Amino acid sequence: MSLDEFFVTGEPLIYAGMVAIVLVTSAIIFLLTYFKKWGWLWREWLTTVDHKKIGIMYILSALAMLFRGGADALMMRVQLAFPDLNFLNTQHYNEIFTTHGTVMIIFMAMPFLIGLMNIVVPLQIGARDFAFPYVNALSFWSFFFGALLFNISFVIGGSPDAGWTSYTPLAGAAMSPGPGQNFYLLGLQLSGIGTLATGINLMVTILKMRAPGMKLFQMPIFTWSTLVTSFIIIFAFPILTVALALMTIDRIFGSQFFTLTGEGLPMMWANLFWMWGHPEVYIVILPAFGIFSEVIATFAKKQLFGYKAMVWSMILIAALSFLVWVHHFFTMGAGAFVNSVFSVSTMLIAVPTGVKIFNWLGTLYKSKIQFTTPMLWALAFIPSFVIGGVTGVMLGMAAADYQFHNSYFLVAHFHYVLIAGTVFACFAGLEYWYPKMFNHKLNEKFGKLSFWLFVIGFHVTFFPQYFLGLDGMPRRIFDIGPEWFTLNFISTIGAFGMGLGFAVFVFNIYYSYRTSQRETTGDSWDGRTLEWATPTPVPHYNFATQPTIRGLDAFVEMKKHNESTFDESKLEPIHMPNNTGQPFIMMALLFMSSFALVFEWMTLAILFLVGVIVMMVVRSFDEDEGHHVEVEEIKTTERQLRGL
Amino acid sequence: MQSNVKHTPLEYQTEHNQMSILGFWIFLAAEVVLFSTLFATYAVLFGRTANAPLPSELFGIEIVLIMTVLLLTSSFTCGIAIHQMRHGSNSGLITWLIITLVLGLGFLGFEIYEFIHYSHEGATLSSSAFWSSFYVLAGTHGLHVTLGIGWAILLIIQLYKKGITAVTSRKVFIISLYWHFLDVIWIFIFTSVYLIGMVI
Repeated sequence: MSLDEFFVTGEPLIYAGMVAIVLVTSAIIFLLTYFKKWGWLWREWLTTVDHKKIGIMYILSALAMLFRGGADALMMRVQLAFPDLNFLNTQHYNEIFTTHGTVMIIFMAMPFLIGLMNIVVPLQIGARDFAFPYVNALSFWSFFFGALLFNISFVIGGSPDAGWTSYTPLAGAAMSPGPGQNFYLLGLQLSGIGTLATGINLMVTILKMRAPGMKLFQMPIFTWSTLVTSFIIIFAFPILTVALALMTIDRIFGSQFFTLTGEGLPMMWANLFWMWGHPEVYIVILPAFGIFSEVIATFAKKQLFGYKAMVWSMILIAALSFLVWVHHFFTMGAGAFVNSVFSVSTMLIAVPTGVKIFNWLGTLYKSKIQFTTPMLWALAFIPSFVIGGVTGVMLGMAAADYQFHNSYFLVAHFHYVLIAGTVFACFAGLEYWYPKMFNHKLNEKFGKLSFWLFVIGFHVTFFPQYFLGLDGMPRRIFDIGPEWFTLNFISTIGAFGMGLGFAVFVFNIYYSYRTSQRETTGDSWDGRTLEWATPTPVPHYNFATQPTIRGLDAFVEMKKHNESTFDESKLEPIHMPNNTGQPFIMMALLFMSSFALVFEWMTLAILFLVGVIVMMVVRSFDEDEGHHVEVEEIKTTERQLRGL
Repeated sequence: MQSNVKHTPLEYQTEHNQMSILGFWIFLAAEVVLFSTLFATYAVLFGRTANAPLPSELFGIEIVLIMTVLLLTSSFTCGIAIHQMRHGSNSGLITWLIITLVLGLGFLGFEIYEFIHYSHEGATLSSSAFWSSFYVLAGTHGLHVTLGIGWAILLIIQLYKKGITAVTSRKVFIISLYWHFLDVIWIFIFTSVYLIGMVI
């Protein structure tokens, strides 16, 4: 293979991307060397098993991915702003809508939420870490390297271009030769390992590590949403694992699962993909519901209305999420009976979701609302998400779907649920828990500015797209007809508004770091749940003493009884795991192996795979039992943090 | 309390071990989904043999029956190994684990022989959708057995060096769950792939 086949050539935008990558990488290397921070990076971050630090790394990576996916989106919107514009060519446009979708779902939404779960869930249940801290680090690095593998495709080898759904036979070896599609398959496979491991890890953590006295129906609602999400992950992700593996074997080893030859069944891919893919959208929306519930209860200063109904509706949504996958391809022609069944099951999901909407409204009813930035995101979510949900029910009607299918109506619908649901929640959650993570709040003025820019930009972008869809504009076209010009142009303006909102948000991180007042109490918002009972910055062992839980909203009770998580009479040495570089090295080797497999260099792939197995053997013989934090050290730390 | 500890098996005595075992059960649930997806794929692609031989032309009862007996017996010997562990006999545990592994290796040997035989008869991974799904389903199970053998060898070395401790007993108990799970999967492959494939 010659060098110009290895690197992507002939695209000015991609050359610019290469220059940017080289510049940013050299800047990072220079800064780390200049400030002698390599050791710090290795000791404090790359080898950490602390759930709070891993969570921060998840969120940082997710923000980088939001930037990348957002840049893709803006390029698409520029191309669609005017008819006959030649900003992107057809091939490049195909690649960009493919990577935009994949990056946003797999490498932005999920890691962002998993990052928040990492930081918040152990704190909310009064635990000192995950059940398996080593596995947690492994999960993060598997996601990180999976994202890296997927993202380098645009400068090395060429991006996948068959859509984020990767339908066969288009995505098969015959019609998409070359490494592009392999990047998709192996990047997702690599990060999928981590997601499944996180699901198991969180489930065991929540089931086994809750503070004494905390019953399941006394858990904070975000923890509940995490538990339900873990359940979906455990039962949905293996389906993706198999689907990806089958297509990889098709492409690299010549099997006939989804091919047009050998009596393969291309339509089976669509089934397998959406049997995972539909539960997947609930993996990214249920935690968002959890975040909004926490934020709304805190700033309405009330107990969440209908807590039990909230939990049961999540469980019901999770169960139904496995029974609706066919609604993604009603037009495939499964027949009237099958389509009717899936149409009904789809519309059923609106019932528990509606229950949740009314419970949020019930919480807000007659409360003294505090209009902080996280609360604004939550309040904007409710009406915006309802628009997305109602159009979802329209799409769920099989007969009508024959009109809406693959049009911009659909594009508008899923952006209304995924942005107004998931992305708003990511912003709300980050701003809400930010003081717990970094010891200071984000500036409210800039926070509100970025909120308004983003939310108005969002509606301006996507509301016109419903009408474009009804006007017949199909998705995934690279050139618009003149009759669709006006609405498309408005949509593009909105997209830049969202981009500006994101820029202000990022600036606010820097601005607040410089100017915000540092936290003193650890209870930044007069919170209701246990994470606010810890001092900030949270000591690495989280809780000096575990509180005993008597009911819902544990911290409200504790404040009433004047209790804290630092009871000097009950102090005992705390067992904590040691840092380890093994997860990083193991996943780096798996990354190399996958990279070699993308280019079908079998010897190299096997060589690195042997390296991975060696790392597993090392782990098996590892006798590291962790260490104990002594009582004296806990006393000093807590007194200092609590100003005693 | 004392009597309670006595009756709790060694591998369940620490909280960390309990969590590991629960975590592994949940992992097995994910594995059930993984194999279910492969079985479903096999069922959907059943009969789509294109120009390749039909399964009924190739599947023979003798080898598959030997494989089944080997694997089922290995599950039984694995149970005896755990029984020995509960009685505190390290040498008994190691012996029965080795017997389990030898049976597992025998199973693998027959499976490899069988795959080679089929491919000589013109049924390979790439000859048709049906045969792709057959090889991937049976092969994934075989790969699991292979990994299990490698894993068990590591544990036998650890048992030899350290004896039965809270840590090693937990590890052995977990691999025994894994081994029984593979046995269950094989029973489904034996019946729904081989027996049905022979008659249809």
